[in-house]
Amino acid sequence: MGCLKSRGGQRLSGVLARLRQWRPGRGLVIAVPMGWLLLFFLAPFVIDFKISLAQVQVAIPPYTPMFEWVQDKALAIRLHWHNYAFLFTDSLYIRSYIYSLQVAAVSTLFCLLLGYPMAYGIARAEPATRNLLLMLVVLPFWTSFLLRVYAWMGLLRNNGLINNALLSLGLIDTPIQMMQTDFSVYIGIVYSYLPFMILPLYTNLEKHDNTLLEAAADLGARPVTAFLRVTLPLSLPGILAGSLLVFIPVVGEYVIPSLLGRPDQLMIGRVLSDEFFANRDWPVASAVAILMLVFLLLPIMLFQRAQQRNAAGQT
Amino acid sequence: MSAPARSKAEPWRDAGLEPYVRIAGVSKRFGDFTAVDEVSLDIYKGEIFCLLGGSGCGKTTLLRMLAGFEQPSAGQLFIDGQDMAGIAPYERPVNMMFQSYALFPHMTVFGNVAFGLQQEGLPKSQIASRVADILDIVRMGEFALRKPHQLSGGQRQRVALARSLVKRPKLLLLDEPLGALDRKLREHTQFELISIQEQLGVTFVVVTHDQEEAMTLASRIGVMNRGKIVQIGTPHQIYEFPATRFVADFIGSVNLFEGQLVEDESDYVRVACPQLPVPVYVDHGVSAAPDASLWVAIRPEKITLERQQPDSRDNWARGVIKDIAYMGDMSIFVVLLPDGREVRVTAANVARKSGETFTWDDEVYLSWDASSPVVGSG
Repeated sequence: MGCLKSRGGQRLSGVLARLRQWRPGRGLVIAVPMGWLLLFFLAPFVIDFKISLAQVQVAIPPYTPMFEWVQDKALAIRLHWHNYAFLFTDSLYIRSYIYSLQVAAVSTLFCLLLGYPMAYGIARAEPATRNLLLMLVVLPFWTSFLLRVYAWMGLLRNNGLINNALLSLGLIDTPIQMMQTDFSVYIGIVYSYLPFMILPLYTNLEKHDNTLLEAAADLGARPVTAFLRVTLPLSLPGILAGSLLVFIPVVGEYVIPSLLGRPDQLMIGRVLSDEFFANRDWPVASAVAILMLVFLLLPIMLFQRAQQRNAAGQT
Repeated sequence: MSAPARSKAEPWRDAGLEPYVRIAGVSKRFGDFTAVDEVSLDIYKGEIFCLLGGSGCGKTTLLRMLAGFEQPSAGQLFIDGQDMAGIAPYERPVNMMFQSYALFPHMTVFGNVAFGLQQEGLPKSQIASRVADILDIVRMGEFALRKPHQLSGGQRQRVALARSLVKRPKLLLLDEPLGALDRKLREHTQFELISIQEQLGVTFVVVTHDQEEAMTLASRIGVMNRGKIVQIGTPHQIYEFPATRFVADFIGSVNLFEGQLVEDESDYVRVACPQLPVPVYVDHGVSAAPDASLWVAIRPEKITLERQQPDSRDNWARGVIKDIAYMGDMSIFVVLLPDGREVRVTAANVARKSGETFTWDDEVYLSWDASSPVVGSG
């Protein structure tokens, strides 16, 4: 009994100690983003996952409930995994997934190839010019995204600005088909997502210590070698951050491929919206969304690991 | 601190010898600001030449011009007889140790040191053995696989030194090499630098604002002020015979007095200083215009404290002890002269309990040898 009492006393003092260490401010600060994620990511995700395990029915809502009372006696839980199986039987989904990943990968690569020199140039510019250049990168956000994509339609159409200019210059006889091709999709995506590549790259490159390049030159490295062996490896976290900021949203991109893209090859975002609104097949649409998240989880986890390693590498 | 005893040749005395580095009338202007102002300087093989000066005196700019990071606005630089104009940093036979060390954070110690050799396209085995050799010299062999952020400041400094030495440069430029180290480590490393320099026969050009560092390391010191070289000489010359008032004041601590020449002979001079009761007698001639305004510099360690008035018609003063700082190996006395002027006097604490102890508010007499004061007009 005495033993128990003293253990209880210990537990009490432990609780008191923890209470003393409790900083309500800290908890509150973390609670805000946690609550946000819970409310707007985890809860919708769970609901979505639940719908993906249901069956279509003509009702409101248009899917079968997961939990049902059978004859008011037993609780029946129905999980319909066939929605996922279905995605692998119809080649439309697989092709759309692969096409989306391909578009995302190629666009990311082009964003990187275009964005890296731009970010580097901005980071190396005089401080006054630097702010102006950064402004110019962000400036397109001041007009509506949709408007800018429509503007590209005006440029790329068969009777659009570019074709008309080339025709009147006599460089071509018939308009070049640019709209509704892979080309127009890439143009639209690279144009729209370039700032998301430039900004994290700039943030990284701007912090680089110029004396490292001087040291490399001093040790006999020509500028190209110095770039490849010093600047490039040190900018990897920026490359990774920018690439993911482009890659992840582009996989699910809906507006640009719908307006500029090929009618015969859908990206997964379009498939998803068609399932929801045209087919009203919410369970399959939810399964499409869940599977997309699974595909995206891999690069996100890789990014997390790289970030952690990078954080550990800093003094 | 005085220079360690070294039996070194003095190549700058050899008129026939070609200097290894020749800086000829070099200026560097940034807009309106002249960082380096017509500096001419010869540095010889095997020297440790220190450029000493306060911040913004142009010493680092001069070093960066030798490395090739800055181009002179005027004048010429020769290294080993070759004009360096238009030669990129990566083509110069020069290596630099940066003040911040500038170690590549993403490479190991081995990777950092091997970097320079890889640029020469040496075979892997040769790179490995040369890196291992130099890491042994700086006693960092066992840390080869660490990253810079896993090292202490002193260890990083050694890696930076190894990296700049591994290419066996004929000329090594060091920018405040010991600046980031604590005092104990600094003193230790100073002597290590000298021994490495002698071992490898490299010519060092060291930039520092720390006169103690310059005194220990240098075979010769070039004191810089406002972009110009004010005096070039051995540490001993700079300390004992400062050419200008600036040098006297900058190197070590010194008591400076203003005065007028009253007796001007070829083998001695007498200077009357209003702040001193009797004239200053100096046992060597001074080249100055008669009645010229002169400065007289007397080092604190060359002044003796006494209780009795010295039996001499010059070289003494009377004052009251205002402050005493006990430093262990010596004590610093601040003596207040009747007109309010403070004079620093240092005395070595030779015996554990000296016979004569001075204390606060004691009235004392200061005296010095005729050979001690330095007199100048510049």
